[in-house]
Amino acid sequence: MAFLDRTARVILLIELVKGMTLTFRYMFKKKVTINYPFEKGPLSPRFRGEHALRRYTNGEERCIACKLCEAICPSQAITIEANPRADGSRRTTKYDIDMTKCIYCGYCQEACPVDAIVEGQNFEFSAETREELMYDKEKLLENGDRWEAALATCISLDAPYR
Amino acid sequence: MTEANSLWPLLSTDSWANSLWPLLSIVLPIALIVGLLMLGVAYLTFFERKIIAAIQLRKGPNVVGPFGLFQPLADGLKLLLKETVIPAWANRGVFILAPLLTFTLAIMAWAVIPFDEGWVIANINVGILYLFAISSAGVYGIIMAGWASNSKYAFLGGLRSAAQMVSYEVSIGFVLVTVLMSAGTLNLSGIVNAQEKGIWYIVPHFPMFVVFFISALAETNRAPFDLPEAESELVAGYNVEYSAMTFGMFFLGEYANMILMSALGAILFLGGWLPPVNVVPFTIVPGALWFFVKIVVLLFVFLWVRATFPRYRYDQLMRLGWKIFLPISLSWVVLTAGVLVAFDFLPRG
Repeated sequence: MAFLDRTARVILLIELVKGMTLTFRYMFKKKVTINYPFEKGPLSPRFRGEHALRRYTNGEERCIACKLCEAICPSQAITIEANPRADGSRRTTKYDIDMTKCIYCGYCQEACPVDAIVEGQNFEFSAETREELMYDKEKLLENGDRWEAALATCISLDAPYR
Repeated sequence: MTEANSLWPLLSTDSWANSLWPLLSIVLPIALIVGLLMLGVAYLTFFERKIIAAIQLRKGPNVVGPFGLFQPLADGLKLLLKETVIPAWANRGVFILAPLLTFTLAIMAWAVIPFDEGWVIANINVGILYLFAISSAGVYGIIMAGWASNSKYAFLGGLRSAAQMVSYEVSIGFVLVTVLMSAGTLNLSGIVNAQEKGIWYIVPHFPMFVVFFISALAETNRAPFDLPEAESELVAGYNVEYSAMTFGMFFLGEYANMILMSALGAILFLGGWLPPVNVVPFTIVPGALWFFVKIVVLLFVFLWVRATFPRYRYDQLMRLGWKIFLPISLSWVVLTAGVLVAFDFLPRG
């Protein structure tokens, strides 16, 4: 009986027909792809994208040149040099990130005691030359000014879980 | 005026009627069919990408032009503009000849396909035999490509393709024999006319239709029988060394063959240009349109199958061809012949 059953299935191509019905039904399902450059998928507030150096609301830069980020960076992408400023406070004179070395692990923002270096939501910063990916302090501060609203929202959203 | 006539002999009514018009009446339909075929191939690739994308829950090409409709044109232009690379140790002559042969044969076969009552370039009495000869010759293009490339992948792909096409031609041959026994003619228009008087052959010969369709998949090297181009084993098979328009020729040839096989299926089993029911709303639609619709439906199944089934293993392919399809189609030939004789259904020419 089992033999007959199996033979009938093979001869009538039951499995093939079943498979083809399934794929036919899938043809009318909702598409899962999005029109990427025009439509974007959701991002977590913890998303680790392009780096930025933030400022306090009075415009003073947050970074105090403690060099914790430089020390923890596993790929040694961060280079910092520091000196006392004219008003006597310790500040960085150089804050470079080599974005081609960075592995986006997020240790720099974890290490930062003053939430100065953060990784934002922006992941569309591809460049045509290698040099453009050698970020300096000016570029990072500019990023901070540009993305501040989004950065602040993300940090406050994520705060309860830290 | 006499001088004008001697300068422009082609414009005189006499030579128009005697030489130019007969020539044009041959060349124009051929140009029309080739043009439409190329357009059909271009949009078949688009259709294929859209259908497979839909089954895989993707969108498919949708950027170039409205709904991505200009995508095939962009692809064609790309192939035309690229450089034709000829490998250093390839046999240059044969290497260039192979895609030309494949392409030419794929187009030549269309000479005997009737699009409607009387709409056929060469209404020859051995239409099926001609088609069979042409599709057998198609293997040469592939073997030549595989051999001339001087590459192990291309060579293996060519061998596989040749073995596969030869194996499945045998069962296709028997399928054709059943149909032409029922119709009593080798003329393709005659086969359609026989179905008009009787019944579409898909009804009495349904198992043969299935065998024909699956063999057609193997014959055109389509999934799930696309072993000659198995990416995971052979990179791209016999056309691995080809680039630009030489590759484009193979591509056009393959897709033209797909359309040809669908057209053949429509003529042999689905009544060609005949409407499904012989009543008013269906008979108003021109026959060529019915033929087109039937081809599109069969092509859709080609693509649907590709999106559904995984690739066959080589020994499974050979087992299916020789140990399953061959006995089935052979016994169906005997059965059909027996029924035709026993019940006196033999077509009388």
